[in-house]
Amino acid sequence: MSAAEALELAASGWRILDVREQVEWNEGHIPDATLLPLADLPARIAEVAPDREAPLLVHCAVGARSLRAAAWLLQNGYTNVANLRGSLLDWRRLGGAWEAPEQLLTPAQQRRYSRQVLIPEIGQAGQRKLLDARVLLIGAGGLGSPAALYLAASGIGTIGLVDDDVVDESNLQRQVLHASDRVGMHKTESARMTLAALNPETQVVEHRERLDADNVERLIADYDVIVDGTDNFDTRYLLNDAAVKLRKPVVHGSIYRWDGQVTTFVPFEGPCYRCMYPTQPPPELAPACAVAGVLGVLPGIAGLIQANEVFKLVLGVGETLAGRLLMFDAMATDFSEVKIWRDPACPACGEGTIQ
Amino acid sequence: MSIVRIPPVLRETVGGSRTLAAHGATVDEVLADLFANYPALRARVTDDGELSPFVNVYVNDRDVRYRDGLETPVGPDDTVILLPAMAGGAR
Repeated sequence: MSAAEALELAASGWRILDVREQVEWNEGHIPDATLLPLADLPARIAEVAPDREAPLLVHCAVGARSLRAAAWLLQNGYTNVANLRGSLLDWRRLGGAWEAPEQLLTPAQQRRYSRQVLIPEIGQAGQRKLLDARVLLIGAGGLGSPAALYLAASGIGTIGLVDDDVVDESNLQRQVLHASDRVGMHKTESARMTLAALNPETQVVEHRERLDADNVERLIADYDVIVDGTDNFDTRYLLNDAAVKLRKPVVHGSIYRWDGQVTTFVPFEGPCYRCMYPTQPPPELAPACAVAGVLGVLPGIAGLIQANEVFKLVLGVGETLAGRLLMFDAMATDFSEVKIWRDPACPACGEGTIQ
Repeated sequence: MSIVRIPPVLRETVGGSRTLAAHGATVDEVLADLFANYPALRARVTDDGELSPFVNVYVNDRDVRYRDGLETPVGPDDTVILLPAMAGGAR
């Protein structure tokens, strides 16, 4: 039976039996059809079609399996069986009803992100989450550079960058978003150029300002995850308190010479920065890279661990560093961790604060 | 003898050592043993005889604030970690 004849039978009320496999069905099928894979036919036909005289139109993808199904049905007492010969594409070409799931990714996105879409925990749905995610990086410097590069490469939809600084020659040893010919350029602009070249699909939002008490809530409000790559306690405490208030997860990283620390703060689910250090230390306890020095790969390692935390937060899979402070010592190549507890007396997220 | 890990920002107070061995059955005794040899460390870790709020002390992976503070026992195979707040620069 041709596709044209099959359409007429379907219009006159023939029951349609799809003998393909579930995975083929998932990619698209005739809306009124019943799925009964060929291998399951003998075992389940009595339950699916108890009346052996009711008309049955059988189809598969190209007509081979449905031919065998139709022959089996006729041999087993079904009297009104028709087989759709040829491709299902003919059915669709002639305007036969068709239902396909909404495609989460465009063909170009499927190609571009294929290696991570293959990972069971990501898949098309996870990639869609990454493409819809909004991640804010505080600082387009040592920690922000590696994080931004890998986040953009993976297809994070929107990356915001908060930095009011310009590229300095001494940054280039570790801040790999920038380049020699961009010395003097705003870091956010240099970062946008680099990220646009890497992945034009990622939207980069430049926030050319320094995070302060007046702008912090506005800056973080529109983002899903914040990556803290700040260089001073003022900003760190401001960010912590605003993030707790607006319930934004913060992936924290800090570095000093050969040592780095990373943890993730998820408000009211795990500790916050003030649970660790309730009051802000004096600025002399926060020597900047310019004073203390820093090895280039150190922010690279810390920034990528931060990016890894962002992926888990966006995808909702795995175990984050919430409640654990990861410390690494590049000199000894040693990773260790300590537990961090939510402090019931925490001035930001403890009992007595609004939850 | 337990091992005390000295964080990078405090190493200048102990002649650059990354770890030190110290005697003592409690955090208080371990720190006292260290301070006897490295007086400059005391000023950075304590404040009026109490632990500085800017330095957390862990025995193995547990914060002593959630155990018995300075009285938290330290076994011979334990590691004491001093962990000051680290702001460490991105810029």
